[in-house]
Amino acid sequence: MIAEAGLAALWFAAMVAGLQLLLGVLALRRKDAVGEQAMAAIGPVAIVQGALVAMAMAALIAVFLNTDLSVKLVAENSHSAKPWIYKFAGAWGNHEGSMLLWVTILGAGGALVAWKERTLDRATHVATLAAQGAIALGFYAFLLFASNPFARLNPAPIEGQGLNPLLQDPGLAFHPPTLYAGYVGLSVAFSFAVGALVTGQVGAAFARAMRPWVLAAWVLLTIGITAGSYWAYYELGWGGWWFWDPVENASLMPWLAATALLHSVNVLAARDGLRAWTVMLAVVAFSMSMIGTFLVRSGILTSVHAFAVDPRRGAFILALLALYIGGALALFGARIGQVRAGRSFAFVSREGGLVINNLLLSVILGIVLIGTLYPLVAAGFGVRLSVGPPFFHAAAGPIALALVAVMAVGPALRWRSDDAEAVLIRMLWPMVAAAGTFALMLTLTGGMGVLSLLGLSFGVGLIVASVLPITRRNWRRTPLPIWGMVVAHVGLGVSMIGMACDAAFTAERLVALYPGQATIVGPWRVKLDRIYPNVGANWSALEARLTVARDGDGATLRPQQRFFTDPPTTTSESAIATRWDGQLYTVLGQQDAATGRWQLRLWWKPFVTLIWLGGALIALGGVLALVGRWLKAWQQRRREALWG
Amino acid sequence: MKRALIWLPLGLFGVLFVVIAAGLMRPADTSVHSTLVDKPLPAFELAPMVPGKPGLASSNFGTGKPRLLNVFASWCIPCIAEAPQLMALKARGVPIDAIAIHDKGPAIAAFLRRNGDPYAAIGDDSRSRVQMSLGSSGVPETFLIDGRGRIVRQYIGDIRADQVDQIVRDMAAAR
Repeated sequence: MIAEAGLAALWFAAMVAGLQLLLGVLALRRKDAVGEQAMAAIGPVAIVQGALVAMAMAALIAVFLNTDLSVKLVAENSHSAKPWIYKFAGAWGNHEGSMLLWVTILGAGGALVAWKERTLDRATHVATLAAQGAIALGFYAFLLFASNPFARLNPAPIEGQGLNPLLQDPGLAFHPPTLYAGYVGLSVAFSFAVGALVTGQVGAAFARAMRPWVLAAWVLLTIGITAGSYWAYYELGWGGWWFWDPVENASLMPWLAATALLHSVNVLAARDGLRAWTVMLAVVAFSMSMIGTFLVRSGILTSVHAFAVDPRRGAFILALLALYIGGALALFGARIGQVRAGRSFAFVSREGGLVINNLLLSVILGIVLIGTLYPLVAAGFGVRLSVGPPFFHAAAGPIALALVAVMAVGPALRWRSDDAEAVLIRMLWPMVAAAGTFALMLTLTGGMGVLSLLGLSFGVGLIVASVLPITRRNWRRTPLPIWGMVVAHVGLGVSMIGMACDAAFTAERLVALYPGQATIVGPWRVKLDRIYPNVGANWSALEARLTVARDGDGATLRPQQRFFTDPPTTTSESAIATRWDGQLYTVLGQQDAATGRWQLRLWWKPFVTLIWLGGALIALGGVLALVGRWLKAWQQRRREALWG
Repeated sequence: MKRALIWLPLGLFGVLFVVIAAGLMRPADTSVHSTLVDKPLPAFELAPMVPGKPGLASSNFGTGKPRLLNVFASWCIPCIAEAPQLMALKARGVPIDAIAIHDKGPAIAAFLRRNGDPYAAIGDDSRSRVQMSLGSSGVPETFLIDGRGRIVRQYIGDIRADQVDQIVRDMAAAR
């Protein structure tokens, strides 16, 4: 019954989304009483749509929690002996469920726009909601016709096939929802852009209305990517934190576009410049989210994330992409000529810096896109290949360094026009810091890679440059968005230092030990005490007890080889000791049959945690800016209420 | 110039669309062919899987006679489907060795009791390391190793009844 109720809710939600689109068209076309009524109705309709799709998602979660094996999706992806948290999160650990989560967040986003958005002019607001309805309609059709999550199975099996053990981790409960919320937040920016193109209202007010949505989406994407990276790092047991896997790239591309958008929307809000460019970026950012979703769902690229491949699904999503992205870009071409040019500015100015920042981000985006799709193009010529770190590092690395240099200078620039010589003087301390780090590292280590050496020095320079603008300000009167910028920029510097240290200073050992034997990795002495069996709710394991020590510091680590029976899979559960200056990462391997020794893979990764700490700071910066904007809007409303 | 630039994004998306559509239209050959075909077998040494049957090392191959190397697992359904064909091959004098991936001794022993045991040796590749080094992407997969220790053929998926004669001919050709 619950499954049927969920399916019914999904059908109703699709119909209401169609109604939402229809009302939007009516409201914009008819200037009479009918148009007026349509305009009044579209908001509540969007809220109803959000509620209906949320009910469908709740129904899916309910059948997963009950392990209702007569539902095909549950039988194929769940198991009664699974801990409840994975039954709950398992609802979206598969193709159909994750698509339903996607439209649920889309529906919630639309409802939120209808309910909370007050700054946008009315016609653009209606056009935005109509665009949201149109996007949702396509994805409902996809769910209902090509990916029904509520399909029944007759006869029902006595047990489910289980969830991929790699996904049986608390990360599954948080990573996909945050990432999806980020993707879908960008759909709001996309709909704003489409709405503004329809009504021709692209200006500072439009930018101010769009900004919080972009900020929120960007924060969620940042958290989703950072959390996903850490999850892959400890779960896969490979000791790496980014693999340039197509699906990782699929999340990075919208982030890059959203980062560019975040900056250009500020230019539009503050200086009324970069109108066409901002609209373009809003379209591109969500397009990248959809392309990312498509790449994962269609299975045309080989990836660790790929779910079951179905060409019909691929064709369906591709048709949706053509409709939405092609449609938006065609609308852009047809309408952007009518948007008046914004205000102009000098090359050396805050705006100029932001334009260069945008261009560099776009180039990196292009490189990642080409690298991700190249295997597909090559396959067209009969060549099978994969594009890996060597390409991405060599191509994107230098541009990322240039971007960091622009990031360092940008906040020190004045709006409209500035003096190049004065800017150089302002940049004295950051340059000294970067050059000092460069020289110090060169003399201390010698054998460091060029990219890591430059990354480290630029990271230090960026931190100094980012803190500089607030040193001369009164801290208590500095607006929160400025703090947000400082924290986010410092975060990127911190993250870069982490990446450079991980790349340059990681010590790795692969050893085979008898219980009782010890080895050395980096500054640590690692002793294998013993190997013993262990069991959990739905797994059994061989666990190693390692005593690790360095002068005055010690810990006990318990890495495992875990065996799952449903489906039969072995995973290695790494054990990690986190210290202020890095992480000791241990993985238990196989027993050597001939000698009876146990393989251990050990890494000492100095300052690797800075990578994710930096990511968290970047997200925190976004939150600060968002809170700052909200506070200001709230104060303004209160003032208006008092005086108005 | 300016007008052309406005339509550029749509043009670029058009190119992207064609690339993706072409990728989607291509016959869905998702099998991964080993790049090691026509190359020597990579060196490996695997522990025994079941009592009374030796483990498997690359040195077992290339001793003058061609052999089949079957990658399988007790939890793999197509492997059960393929078992009668392997038994038929064994009956026709084809020597077969195996690599068991992600598996345990008792499970393999039960599998062999139920489905027959065509194997001369079974190596324990519980983390799929050797499977990866062979360029094999799944189970079951079978490699034909010639008398000089080179991989000459790769059969992806379960061996069907109509393939048995062809494999016997391939064996004869690989001498």
